[in-house]
Amino acid sequence: MARIIGGLTTSHIPAIGNAVPREKELVNDPYWKPFFAAYPPAREWLRKAKPDVAIVFYNDHGLNFFLDKMPTFAIGAAFQYRHADEGWGIPTIPPFQGDPELSWHIIDSVVRDEFDLTTCQEMLVDHGFTVPMSLFWPGNTYTEVKVIPVQINTVQHPLPSPARCFKLGQAIGRAVASYPKDLKVVVLGTGGLSHQLDGERAGFINKKFDLMCLDKIVNEPEALTRLSIHELVKEAGAQGAEFILWLAMRGALTGKVTKIHSSYHVAVSNTATGLLVLENAA
Amino acid sequence: MSQAVDIEDQIPGTYIFDGRAAMKGYALNKMCYSFNNAENRAEFLKDEDAYCTKYGLNDEQRKAIRERNVLAMIHAGGCIYYLAKFAGIFGLTVQDVGAQQTGLSVEEFKKRLKAQGE
Repeated sequence: MARIIGGLTTSHIPAIGNAVPREKELVNDPYWKPFFAAYPPAREWLRKAKPDVAIVFYNDHGLNFFLDKMPTFAIGAAFQYRHADEGWGIPTIPPFQGDPELSWHIIDSVVRDEFDLTTCQEMLVDHGFTVPMSLFWPGNTYTEVKVIPVQINTVQHPLPSPARCFKLGQAIGRAVASYPKDLKVVVLGTGGLSHQLDGERAGFINKKFDLMCLDKIVNEPEALTRLSIHELVKEAGAQGAEFILWLAMRGALTGKVTKIHSSYHVAVSNTATGLLVLENAA
Repeated sequence: MSQAVDIEDQIPGTYIFDGRAAMKGYALNKMCYSFNNAENRAEFLKDEDAYCTKYGLNDEQRKAIRERNVLAMIHAGGCIYYLAKFAGIFGLTVQDVGAQQTGLSVEEFKKRLKAQGE
């Protein structure tokens, strides 16, 4: 049977996408050192765990989806996913291999579970997806794993609630557990932590709230699911609402969860960065 | 929709991009979404006014674009994720955009970001 062996979360700031190809040089740069120095333990955990599949909860920022058709939840069911020009100069990285058979198993299971996802046989993935993959699999070695993108709307309100995203994660966790192939699966949640790009409050960061979230998500995620989206916008900033993607990841970990590694740093670009590695035992 | 208006009152300097804003800003956001494509970026730079006409921007949106005024674009229904693609044409980062909206210099804006981690 397939099993979820762990969950990882990381910020997905475009500036990181520009920095990743120069990591060897930037790791000694005062600005980037505290950020990149946090990643080796996460990569080491992945290297030892050798997952077969990564299910990635992320948000599209206007590459694949526009306001003409804006799904709240969308899942990839493709053999391959491509990155593409996002308009402001982030380098594009090589394609990702999908696992459409597992995608359709998840779709069948979660729709039965009353989550009516938009299914995508063609889907471009943006920095919300590509930056975490290139951070966790340096040198773009992510071709070792197959991927399933799960896109959650954070562009246009109403956004799905923290509780709803957590439940979607739980439903996907149950779906994976019922898949007959012997696969090791990791779940990724991307984005966050606190940041705000727009309005006179741009540049808002809330360290106290972020550290509370980093702590509670390990053993008391239900406490965080009681937040409303508007409370999340207030406490974490307009784009800090991306924390719902972390909660979807956490929902998929239905076993005994142990924290392996975490890190927090203010700031890269306009964002407080967070990193978390959780192991999920049966 | 009134719920979003209430929440904006509670969080000064924050705009909830909801259905109301999405309807108001559709043409502007659609134009900015088109900037994913390099040919479209070049076409815009060649004749900004013609490009705005092609996408049906209203006077308020055209003025905001002409003046490179991000807050005015937001007031005209712009969504920051699409506006970032417009800013990118001119090599502006989210920190430049943040500084413009807060009335700070980019250096002051960066300093303020860093200070919040202390």
